[in-house]
Amino acid sequence: MKPPKFAYVRPASIEEAIGFVGDGDRFAKVIAGGQSLVPMMNFRLARPELLVDLRCVPGLSGARIAGRRIDVGAMTIQRELELADDVHALCPLLRAALVHVGHQPTRNRGTVGGSLVHADPAAELPAVALALDGEMIARGPSGSRTIKAENFYLGPYTSALADDEILVEVRFSMPAGTRTGFIEFARRAGDFALGGVAAALCLDHDVTTIEDARIAAFGVGSTPLRLRAVEDALRGGSLGAPPIEPAARVGAEEISPIASHGVSESYRRRLIAALLRRVLKEMID
Amino acid sequence: MKPVSRPQDEVDIELIVNGEAVRTRSPARRLLVDLLRDELDLTATHIGCEHGICGACTVLIDGQAARSCITLAVTVDGCAVTTLEGLADDPDMKEMQQSFAEHHALQCGFCTPGFLMTLAGVNRCDGATDERIRELISGNLCRCTGYQHIVEAVRAAWDARSERPSPGS
Repeated sequence: MKPPKFAYVRPASIEEAIGFVGDGDRFAKVIAGGQSLVPMMNFRLARPELLVDLRCVPGLSGARIAGRRIDVGAMTIQRELELADDVHALCPLLRAALVHVGHQPTRNRGTVGGSLVHADPAAELPAVALALDGEMIARGPSGSRTIKAENFYLGPYTSALADDEILVEVRFSMPAGTRTGFIEFARRAGDFALGGVAAALCLDHDVTTIEDARIAAFGVGSTPLRLRAVEDALRGGSLGAPPIEPAARVGAEEISPIASHGVSESYRRRLIAALLRRVLKEMID
Repeated sequence: MKPVSRPQDEVDIELIVNGEAVRTRSPARRLLVDLLRDELDLTATHIGCEHGICGACTVLIDGQAARSCITLAVTVDGCAVTTLEGLADDPDMKEMQQSFAEHHALQCGFCTPGFLMTLAGVNRCDGATDERIRELISGNLCRCTGYQHIVEAVRAAWDARSERPSPGS
């Protein structure tokens, strides 16, 4: 229950960090807050030979609001983003989701980028990135590239980052007229969710019609999922008679859950329908 | 915290533990809890699950509650770490400990230091509801009490603290 031996480096710049991550000689991992990585190393599920600590790399921390966009540095502490009132005023979804991430003592160390890259299928922040049309900014040896959140998650604990790339920033979009909602179900506070939904609805100027919807589910598949059929069911719906029932029904059909943690596939389908019903009702009322 | 420019198996680190400067050469793989217990003899910080679930190893890092069993010692280079020993003379801590004793908020006591340190990380306790207390301590496991007595102990200590004029006001 202790990590196996590894070497440690704390580079002073992102270029140096990329050099260590991508040198190819030894299996290197970035350590941010370590709140997922160190438990996995304690269990020896992860055995990196080199840890590259980003703490001394400048410019990776903090959230900046740019119009209707929130740019969050990858090393931003989860708890700091949770407490940021200006971020909450623009986009309540982030705080609503963050309070479910681990526990306060893990959020005091855990980072936004760390959780996004860890790519746990039951984690909250990846689903939030999908609902907010997130863009991941990755830095590699030949510069930066932008990866859409919906193309970022390839499988359990697997992201689209290349071996020699580091996530430096995530950008969340909050177009005018957007309402957000978040819900999850876990057996105990802080446990990984058996299922959850992060949602964004874009309403028209008169606040009568759902113009667009971005609905993401987590904990019910091998990656966080955009629920496209649910979005189609909601798009064009009127707020007076919102198509919540049809949306919940197609949501239950759309996911491909597996049985785990003593929870069956059919339970997860019904759970997602119930969560969709609740969160959409809350957002529209 | 200074950069470490070349990969190393052991790193020289400097931190403040309970107000005293500590300089040591730490293996990269050493957990903070092992540095505290094995090298500094600060055994109030307990090792329970060793994967960040039970909360028995909770300490303050730069004033914020954190789990020392999933924190590498090399990553708190330059930080101030506070363990329960460091708060032995703290009036708020003494009051909370007394309240735990009076409300039967511990039986075997193994988890208690972790609960106390999670609570020590809370700056504002006025007006806290039982729901807020339960949410706050949800990251600490106790196998003896069933939690109800812990909630009552916290409630009583915080109510007493809120009723006192704060120092400086």
